[in-house]
This record gives sequence, C-alpha cells and structure tokens, in this order.
Amino acid sequence: MSESMVMIGTRKGLFLARSDDGRRSWRLEGPHLTGAEVASCAIDTRGERPRLLAGGFSWHWGPFLVHSDDLGATWHDPEHAAVAFPDDAEAAVRNIWQITPDGPERPDVVWAGSEPSALWRSDDGGTSFALVRGLWEHPDRPKWEPGGGGQTLHTILPHPTDDQLISVAMSTGGLYRSLDAGASWAPSNDGLEAGYMPEPPPPYGFCVHKVARDPVDHTRLFQQHHGGVYTSTDDGGSWQRIDAGLPADFGFPIVTHPRDAGTAYVFPLTADMDRTPPGGRCAVYRTRDAGDSWEPCDVGLPKDPFHVGVLRDAMCTDLQSPAGVYVGTRHGSVYASPDEGDHWDTIARHLPDVYCVRAAGIA
Amino acid sequence: MEVTVHLHGVLSRYTDDQRHLAVEVPEDATVDHVLDALAQRYPGAGRRVRDETGSIRQHLNLFVDGQQLRELGGADLRLHPGAELLILPAVSGG
Repeated sequence: MSESMVMIGTRKGLFLARSDDGRRSWRLEGPHLTGAEVASCAIDTRGERPRLLAGGFSWHWGPFLVHSDDLGATWHDPEHAAVAFPDDAEAAVRNIWQITPDGPERPDVVWAGSEPSALWRSDDGGTSFALVRGLWEHPDRPKWEPGGGGQTLHTILPHPTDDQLISVAMSTGGLYRSLDAGASWAPSNDGLEAGYMPEPPPPYGFCVHKVARDPVDHTRLFQQHHGGVYTSTDDGGSWQRIDAGLPADFGFPIVTHPRDAGTAYVFPLTADMDRTPPGGRCAVYRTRDAGDSWEPCDVGLPKDPFHVGVLRDAMCTDLQSPAGVYVGTRHGSVYASPDEGDHWDTIARHLPDVYCVRAAGIA
Repeated sequence: MEVTVHLHGVLSRYTDDQRHLAVEVPEDATVDHVLDALAQRYPGAGRRVRDETGSIRQHLNLFVDGQQLRELGGADLRLHPGAELLILPAVSGG
C-alpha cells in the first residue's frame, strides 16, 4: 500500500506524519530543524525520489532553506545560503514564507517567496535560488507594507502549461502577474474590496491572504482575502465575491481540489478583530460549484467550543484519490481527511503553532 | 596580527567543530574584518553571524575582551593583537 507523508512546519521545528495504510493511521516523527520557525515546506514528487524542502528562520542564526532526499533522515543545508540578496539589492532575507515546485515539465524549477517580499527561482531543484529582479525592482515595491506576519510574498502560482505566466501574492501588496516569465509584473486586484484602504483603493496594497488555482480551468483562481472570498475567471484579471454562503468572509487559507473543477476549501474566521471560528465551531467549508454554495465539513473535527485559528499555509490537499485535505491549527493540532473533507481524524496534537502543512504520496 | 574567535557550540557545526579559532588579520583590523575572515573561511558560520548587508544578526551578542561590542561602538571597533572575540546567542525567543 502506498505511503503518505504530511510535512508540518511549526513555530518550533518541523514534524513529519507518515502513513503506510492508506491514510488510516499516522505516526509522527520529529522535531526536525529544532530551534527554527518553519514557515514553509514542500514535498517535491517530480523526481525519482521525493525531495522535502523546508524554509523559515532562526531568531539567532537567520533564515534558511534546506532540503532532504531521504525523507528527513538528513538535511542538506548549503554552505552559502540558498536564498540571499545580491549586494546591489541592499537588503537581507528575514524569512522564507513559500516554497513552490513548478510543474512536471520543468522538474528542476522551484520557486521561493521571502520576507521582505521577493520572488526567487531555483533551476537546480531548490539548492540555490536567484532573485527575480523584475518583481524586486517594480516601482510599487516601496508602497507595499507589512501585514501581521511581516512583508511577505506567500503565494506563488506558476501556470501549469504556459511557462510565461506566473502570479504571486503578497501581504500586503496584492496579486501581481507576469506574462513574460517574471521579467515584468503588473498588479491584478480589480474588483477586490479593501475596508482597510480609502475608496477608491490604489492598484497595490491589498492584503491577499492566499490564492489557489483551479486544477481544470487554469484561468480560474480562488482567493481568501482580508475580508472576502473571491474567484477570478480570467487568471486574476478581475475578481468577484463568492462568500455569500459562508458563516464569515475572513480567514487565511484557501486550497483547491487536485482534480475536480470548482472545488475549494476555506476555514472561516470571524472578521476582523476576533479571528476565531464563528460561534466557536471548528469547521472547514467546501464548495463544489466554484463558490455558488458552501457546505461545512466537520465530521470528526472537535465539537467543543473552538477558538483557534488556522494560518494561511496550514491547509493543503494532496494528489491522491480520493483527495486528502489537511488542516493545522495554532494550538498545534493537525486534522486530516482522507475523503475530500467528508471525515476528519486528528493526526497530531500538542505541537507548537502550526505554520504550514504539505502532503503527498511518497511511495 | 592574530586574534582569537570563540564560538557558541551551534556555530561550531559550521567550523569543523572548532569552537576556538585563531584568525590572522592585518594590523588595525576591525571586528568587521575578523568577521570577513571568518565568513571567507567558513561561509556557513559567517552567514549565521551577519546578514547579506553585513549587519550582525539582531539576536547575537559579540564581546571583545569580555565587553559588549555595542557598548564599544560596534563592528568598526579596531582590535589589538591577541584580542578575544566571543560570539554568543542573545537571551531572546519564547
């Protein structure tokens, strides 16, 4: 039976949950990378063997991006930092907030997003990265301001079939698109409402929390905004609200199904100052019709009053069938659904704050 | 001239497990020059002490002959032959 893994990045290290019985039971390994905040992780399954990547920072020793080709037994931490600004940028990386392997047609390309907001490209599978200068030198950059997590580039969406198209999202900053493989960029935030800026808002400065791409219709995006869940049917060219059926329009993560068009998941939180689940109910919400309707998915999730949030990268799906859905909380629990959100199991508890989760079949 | 750099145990992972390094630098060298030499010899240690802009990481404390470097004026401080540079993680975190 195939083996599955969930990478769990936390405020204090990385944990690995592994299952070899079809995601029915899990065993927890770790912590790895002790003493570090692990803000980003990825399981790259494009090669002959899976590569685990993890990024973050140590309060004492600075940022890091490391990888393991033996499922966490050893970690490769290059002598020269994998992600570092060139001298002329006059900036220093504080944290690594996103690691995104590109598609299977570009098996050596891995993207990273940092604080301060910058996009990085690796052509050697994530061992070393180069600054994408087109975005770093964008005239809007001085106007981007830090959100609660810092001034971060947290979402990277390479187009699955067209290597000229790539989008990124920053908090704050908003969504920016490139039509020429990263050489030039333009903000792409039309239609977003921004209660935190005067009307009419400028084209930049939006607090995008997370964006995900539809697996079938590649021009459709889903966005959890700082107030509002949106979709775009033109690759981010314009945005329309789809949160009418949700108990709250605030939240941080949004993820899509690996194969089913129009299927996405969110974890609503009461806006704007509470940022806890509405009514103290722990529930993931799922749409199967691109946001026309939403249904709670909470069978197996805690039933007692629940006042804990989920961070933007602490939700993911895997590529398996049926699709797995995974949620990590700020009180150190990780819930896994092996059946697309219908039922949930607790696969880890009493961990530090969960910053990110990523899951994949690894054998 | 020669100065001695004393490293916290975590940093010694990146200096072939050496916690005490004799570093040869020109006369009138500054702390920055010593850190340059450290980074050239052991890049993994160097990037954990200073960021890309050359700033000493916020949550590290450096001491020269037992005195806090910040109180001595910072990394431009000129050293004397035989100076002792101690690099320690600060009391921080949570």
